[in-house]
Amino acid sequence: MENSGLNFILQAAFWGTVALTVAGAAIAIFPKNILYNVLGLALALTGIAGFYLFLGSLFVALMQLLIYVGAICIAIVFAIMLSRPLHIEAPARPTGKVLLGILASVVFFVGAVGVALKTKWTPAAGHVYKASQWSVEHVGDALLTRYELVFEVISLVLLVAIIGAVITAGFSRRISS
Amino acid sequence: MNSLTTYLIISALLFSLGLLGILQRRNLIGMLISVELLLNAANLNFMAYNRFVSPDPVTGQVITLFVMGLAAAEAAIGLSIILALYRKMHSINIEAAQKMKG
Repeated sequence: MENSGLNFILQAAFWGTVALTVAGAAIAIFPKNILYNVLGLALALTGIAGFYLFLGSLFVALMQLLIYVGAICIAIVFAIMLSRPLHIEAPARPTGKVLLGILASVVFFVGAVGVALKTKWTPAAGHVYKASQWSVEHVGDALLTRYELVFEVISLVLLVAIIGAVITAGFSRRISS
Repeated sequence: MNSLTTYLIISALLFSLGLLGILQRRNLIGMLISVELLLNAANLNFMAYNRFVSPDPVTGQVITLFVMGLAAAEAAIGLSIILALYRKMHSINIEAAQKMKG
């Protein structure tokens, strides 16, 4: 009895997270004001961090909050705030192109949902779900043994991206002024 | 918790919203926001497959972390390119960037 009550609360929280995420994604796409879009994106990303929590990975959920919500959204807000005219919205697309875009995304959605529903998903032979295997110790172990090269290359990519961003944003200012 | 199909449908919904955003907006920052939505939908798929079908419990989490790192790099580069482009052509309407059109 107590277990079913807990289960009900969990289900309610899950569907609340779904509603939060989809509402955030809709806010990120549809309003004309670019600042609302960024805030909607932050809402959707927080909802996705909630999904990671439901899937059992606290570490990835925290990284999602830290990197996406804390860094990327704030960087976009900075870029909008620091350069005043970025929030001016371009004129809307002609209706034909908008309709084609809606058609393309609806076709994609129907196709992906069809695949998800038609396929019979069976767990792989070695699949076991143990909460202890999802801990940060296992992720850190894999990052420093099997995936170490990728880990190093990612840090190199981040370094190059930072230098490239500084040069792209700084040099063009010097050239144009 | 819930089944794999639930997560797949949610992430398909997020992905098609992001696709719609890329296809119908002209504001470059709006398109960048849509790209972030697409990446997150893919990440959610990786985590769901990792939880429900994968034989190895860390692969999906590691891929998700790598995608997050790449998304941070992509956002930094994208924002600086948008700023440079704005200084050059005084607009962030994507259709004004036609200098390389043949």
